[in-house]
Amino acid sequence: MALAVGCRGRPGKSRDNKTGSWRVFKPVFDREKCTKCGLCMTLCPEGCIHETVEDFVDPDYTYCKGCGICAEECPGEAIEMKQEEK
Amino acid sequence: MMEITEGSHAVAEAVRLCRPQVISAYPITPQTHVVEALADMVANCQLDAEYITVENELSALSACIGASAAGSRTYSATTSQGLALMFEVCFNAAGMRLPIVMSIANRALGAPLSIWNDQQDSISLRDSGWLQFYAEDNQEATDLHYIAYRVAEDHSVLLPAFVCFDGFILSHTYEPIDMLSQEDIDRFLPEFTPYERLDAADPISFGMYATPDYYLEFRYEMDRALKESKAIIQNTGKEFARMFGRDYSAMVEGYRLEDADTAIVALGSICGTTKDSIDEMRDEGKKVGLLKIRVFRPFPTEDVAKALAHVKRVAVLDKNISLGAKGAVALEVKDALYSSGIPVKDYIIGLGGRDVRKKDIKAIVALVEKGQGDMFYGLRTEVL
Repeated sequence: MALAVGCRGRPGKSRDNKTGSWRVFKPVFDREKCTKCGLCMTLCPEGCIHETVEDFVDPDYTYCKGCGICAEECPGEAIEMKQEEK
Repeated sequence: MMEITEGSHAVAEAVRLCRPQVISAYPITPQTHVVEALADMVANCQLDAEYITVENELSALSACIGASAAGSRTYSATTSQGLALMFEVCFNAAGMRLPIVMSIANRALGAPLSIWNDQQDSISLRDSGWLQFYAEDNQEATDLHYIAYRVAEDHSVLLPAFVCFDGFILSHTYEPIDMLSQEDIDRFLPEFTPYERLDAADPISFGMYATPDYYLEFRYEMDRALKESKAIIQNTGKEFARMFGRDYSAMVEGYRLEDADTAIVALGSICGTTKDSIDEMRDEGKKVGLLKIRVFRPFPTEDVAKALAHVKRVAVLDKNISLGAKGAVALEVKDALYSSGIPVKDYIIGLGGRDVRKKDIKAIVALVEKGQGDMFYGLRTEVL
């Protein structure tokens, strides 16, 4: 793919901008400890934690920037931030 | 047609012939008469352009960015502190790949406050991605504007350009100039065809955000475009020569250099004084020549190396100083001659309008012959 001359872009680029590539630490969810309280989903500033199967919640790694708020706030300490290999 | 005109008025007339659609400027001191003359032309309906007056130079060049992005041929002029205030905008104009042309009447940067000539202002923006042309006289200063627009707007270049001419020494001096006609320039410089432009019906953003995954590549593309512009500059110069007889196709130009033992390298108006002193030194039997650098960015490294390959020593005249290091031209020339073994000495001259005369050029040649250099020339040690 050739670069756009002068870093020009059409509208809607935010949909193409996969912010997950910014991540250094990755939240890993432990379903054994998760109480399905949903606090992480409420507090995620990117809105990229969603309910998946059986009311469990999972992050969308395509957009998760790895800010760590979910891990910090999880009352059951069910989320661990792990260094990501790229 | 031959006219006797003041440098900045001649540049204004050349810019008028290029039919800029938007001019934005902030003519505070230090300025020249260029944008003042263009304002008159717009007011007198001699030029059909939008003339935007703004609150400072940062806004002047920002207005040019907007107008250029919207698809207009744009122009501004500035000098010293005004250019310094445009620093951020200069990088943006280049990064957005907008072919703005701006005249720089070279002057010293404060502090201490100075309004006089040296080339520190444009040289300090050598890394901004703009093409930099330097004129020896006012004929060249006018002609380089036509060439600058053609090269900058070429879709394989798409970078802005400075046309630099020495403040006062050229900008305020009356010289005979062969001024081309509107028909001539219309034949040489076609209407501006933007590569892409702002359009409400088909929205687009310029100079967006690049993550670490992309930024390096964008800078590489700018560097590549600047390096590849060398061929465009040469071809455009050849076409200009074919149409109007004056040849600017070479990015460097030798004067009595073919059999020279000592070469002087310089850019701008000092080349004229240097040529006169070379003629006198030749009469005394000294084999001295000049290599004039017309295009400083992109830097013609290969051309410099080739032109100086046969000389025994090189003296570089720098009307600028990278404080704590050397003059910017000397650093480039040393790089070009790195593996040749030819000694290159740097002489910082003429800062803040200090006069440089033929006797000074001769004294510098005497110094380089003795192997003395990499120094400020003409220091008044009694005041230190």
